[in-house]
Formats: sequence, C-alpha cells, structure tokens
Amino acid sequence: MNEPIIEVKQLAKKFGDFEAVKDVSFTVNKGDVFGFLGPNGAGKSTTIRCLLSLISPNSGSIAIFGQNLSSNRSQILNNIGSIIEKPDFYRYLSAEKNLEIFARISGSDSSKKDIQEMLEFVGLNGRGKDKVKGFSHGMKQRLGIAQTLLHKPDLIILDEPTTGLDPQGIIEVRNLILRLKTEQNKTVVLSSHQLSEIEIIANRMVIINKGKSVIEGSVEALVNEQELLLQIELNNPENAIKLLATEYPNLVVKHLYGSTIEIAVEKDMVPKINYLLVNKGFEIHSLEPKRKLEDFFMKIIQE
Amino acid sequence: MLLKNTYNEFIKIIAKPRSYIGLGVLTALILVILFAMKADGSSYISFVTASFEQTLSFNGNILNGNLIAFIILQMLIVHIPLLVALVTGDLISGEAAMGTIRMLATKPISRTNIVLSKFIAGAVYTLILTIWLAFLALVVVKWMFGSGDMIVLNSSGLVILQEGDIFWRYGCSFIVAYLALLTVSSLSICLSAFAENSIGPIVSTMGIIILFTIIGSLDVTVFDSIKKFLFTTHMASWRSFFEDPINLKDIWQSIIILVVHNILLVGIAVIKFNKKDITS
Repeated sequence: MNEPIIEVKQLAKKFGDFEAVKDVSFTVNKGDVFGFLGPNGAGKSTTIRCLLSLISPNSGSIAIFGQNLSSNRSQILNNIGSIIEKPDFYRYLSAEKNLEIFARISGSDSSKKDIQEMLEFVGLNGRGKDKVKGFSHGMKQRLGIAQTLLHKPDLIILDEPTTGLDPQGIIEVRNLILRLKTEQNKTVVLSSHQLSEIEIIANRMVIINKGKSVIEGSVEALVNEQELLLQIELNNPENAIKLLATEYPNLVVKHLYGSTIEIAVEKDMVPKINYLLVNKGFEIHSLEPKRKLEDFFMKIIQE
Repeated sequence: MLLKNTYNEFIKIIAKPRSYIGLGVLTALILVILFAMKADGSSYISFVTASFEQTLSFNGNILNGNLIAFIILQMLIVHIPLLVALVTGDLISGEAAMGTIRMLATKPISRTNIVLSKFIAGAVYTLILTIWLAFLALVVVKWMFGSGDMIVLNSSGLVILQEGDIFWRYGCSFIVAYLALLTVSSLSICLSAFAENSIGPIVSTMGIIILFTIIGSLDVTVFDSIKKFLFTTHMASWRSFFEDPINLKDIWQSIIILVVHNILLVGIAVIKFNKKDITS
C-alpha cells in the first residue's frame, strides 16, 4: 500500500497578471524518487517554492505527511531538507559554521561529529574549515546536500540540483541522490528540465507544462507506453527500405542518416525484421531498439 | 527558536567585515576631534566664551573631558545613524541578495521569529556601537583631558554644571541616544524587509533621516503639527539632560515617541516579511 507523503491538488499561483501555476496536482509516495519534469518556465520552481512555503499559492491545497502545509508549517518543515535552484551560503563563513547555523534552526542537535560525518558523506572531508567563498559550484552543491540531510529529514526536495554543474559534478550529485534512496531510504522530490536525469534517477514522475500537470505515473510505465524506435545500421539502406515496405506495408520506415534506417515497431517485430534482413543478405552492423523519455516528453509538451 | 536564530545572527554580524567599519570609523572620527582639541582647543573655547568674557571670568580647566565628550556627542549623533544603517539595513535584504533567505525561510522557524531575531541582533549591535562611543567619549577623553566642571551653551544661555553632577547626566543621555539609534536600526530593518539588495535600505534610511531633519528645522507653520511626531526631532533629546532644570516632560515625550516608532517599524517589517513571496 502506497503511503502518500505529498498531496498537491489544483495548485494555482499568480504574480500580478502572470499565471505561473494554473492547475498542478500530483502525489508523491513514501520511498519515491519523484521526478518533477517540465521545460523552463513551466512552473516547476514556483510549485516547489509553494511546497516549501516560500510562496503562498492563490488556490489549491498542499498536504505533506498528511498535514495541511499552511496550518502546520513549522512541524512539516522540520522533516524536510531542501535545495532551491542553487544552494547559497554565507560566503564569509566556513562550511562547518554554515552547517552549524542551518542545523541550529532545523530543530536538530547536530554535534560537531555529525557535521564532520555529513561533510564526509558528501565528499567534503578536510574542507570544513574553509570559507565557502572559495568553493566551486559543485562543492557548494554537495555542501547544500549536506545541509539538507544534517537534521535527518524523511523528505528531500531538490530543485534543479545539477544546474550549472560540469559533467563530473552532475554525476557526483546524481550518485549522491541515488545513495539517499538506497542507503538512507529517503523520499526524494527532484525537479529538472534534464530528461536523462529523471529517467536515470526517478521511479515516478509528473510532467508539468505551461503551469499545468500533464501526466503523472511510473517512469517505466510512461516510457513503455510509447512505441519502440528501431535503428538499424546496415549496407544498402535504400534496398532495405524497399524490402521492408514490400514485406510489411504498415511499418513506418525512414532513412535516418548515412547507412542507418529507423523503423517504428512493436517489440515482438524486432526479431522478425532482423531475420528477414539477414536472410536477404543484408549486412547488419548494429541494431538498437530505442525507447526514450525524451521522445515522450517532446510529444507531451508539443501537444 | 528565537534565541537560537538570534545567536546565529550574532555569528553572522561578527563574521561580516562591514560590522567593524562602524567601530573603526567612530574611533577614527573621535581621534580626529581629540587631535583638533589637543592642537587648538583653546581657540575653540575662546570662540564659545568670547561673548561672556565681559561679564564672567572663567578659571580652571574649561577644556576638560566632560566638555569634549559633549562636543563629540553633538558632532557624531548625525553620523552614527549611517554606521548603524550600514549593518542593520543589510540584515534582511542582504540575505535576499545572497540567496540565503531561501535556505532560512525553508527551516522550521516562523518568519516572525526571523525578523525579531534580526531586530534583537541589530539592537545589540547598536548598543555595542553606543557603548564604544561612550567608552571613547567618557573614559579615553577624560584620561587625555582630565575632568572638571562643564559649561554648556544652549538656546537659553550658558549652563555651568558641577563636576559631581555630570556623570549621571551622561548615563541618561546615552540611554536616550541609544533609543534614537535603535529607531534608526528598526527603520533600516523595516526597509530591508521590502528590498532585495542592501544598498536600497541603507540609502533610503539616510534619505528619510535627512528629509525629516530638514522638515524639522524648517520654520514653516504647515509642518508644525507633524514635527513633534518625527523621530528625528527626538534624536537630540539626549541634550536635555544638560539643561538646568531638566525638562523631564519633554524627555518622556521623546522616549514614548521613539518607542512607538520602534514598535511600529518592527511590526511593519514582521507583517511585510510574513506576506512576502520569496522568489529571489
């Protein structure tokens, strides 16, 4: 039985005449790594800020841990760790002092040992005494994650946690998020406009576009709903296209580039097509069935 | 939670270099005044006493620590608000500019407590500045220039105060001066709640002080009804303790008006900050 941790219903927020969020609803269950996906300007950050009580919504309801957010703000925030966009710290203070400051008002009695352990967990051991002004963006991001975890919250909310990071930084932060799930069994809400990130990390997601939630469900199920795109690299692609059009007139086959063709097929057709082409003497250099969230996402936001 | 965050605010104030600018500038200004008084203080005193020399004879050390402390207070009370606003105007808006306001506001501390802790920290900083001023003006100056009876020239003429009758007057003066500076601190914290950068509240605070001071000094009847409600009118109330007899009624009126200003300004800051959408 899924236990809902966050329940958002018909959330709406206006800034003057601009409707940043029009109608967003979704549910995050306990233990989920929940992807909050949408293009830039879709309303992701506004929704996340509403979840953290940084912004007051105009209408709709937010319940976290089964309690109404507006009437139980402090109690709920006590059990949430978050990073909004980029973690900003007091530049003139050390990493340790920054963690001490945030831990003190997070309702935890974190000792110096807890802080050291957390710095070690995020790979910043030995840098605790250094002032934050000397930290790279990646280091600040890791310190941000340390800050979110220090008071041992059950729910972690991360808004675009890999924005501005280099590829190595992205991998480090992504691995840290996966460790939160596997090692500490946290519920994680992760907003991103990077589809690959959600596809790799999240088990459930909602797609938001133009201030509205468009679709919600398990990442695997949503990806499997779309048809498979089979990309085949072979010799003589024009003849292969003619052969496939003759044998399977209902298939959509196109010359993709160079010696690669692409066919939209059902999964059970893949071995049949492979057998046919090999039997007719085509040399198959590669055969790759592709089913990507990216294609699904583009289809959704263009509708 | 209020106490914990107030402690955090002290840590931030202590670590910020700008917090020491006020103390440094104050020390430098007083040293300049002391140098001037040491070098040419007798000319300054002659200028003040010239009109009385035909009717009065001044004997002893007139240019003593008590008089110079008064001169220092009179000169610096106009400039210290800037030093206060430099730190307190940054307390909320500085967090917005730095982005840390997001981190702070997502913690289980109420926004009211965030503002109140900043107000308390600002009040303590202002107190430290006032105590430092008192230390330099009373201890260091007296050590350099000695003590003695004090002459004060005010609108009603020349007042001569006995040496033993001065210290308590300074004590009370510094309390009222602190209350006036605390109002400046509350004003800049209040303006800080509306802004996303530090410069705006600091400049606005000084702008308001200048505007109110000009209104207060203009001898125009249209402003007469509002003058007594402007906090700047009461910023010089500390001087009343050096009159003889002391007008306690005026002093109490000033104290009440300054306290009311503080309550209103902190109240506005709390309401504004509670309603504010944090989008920075």
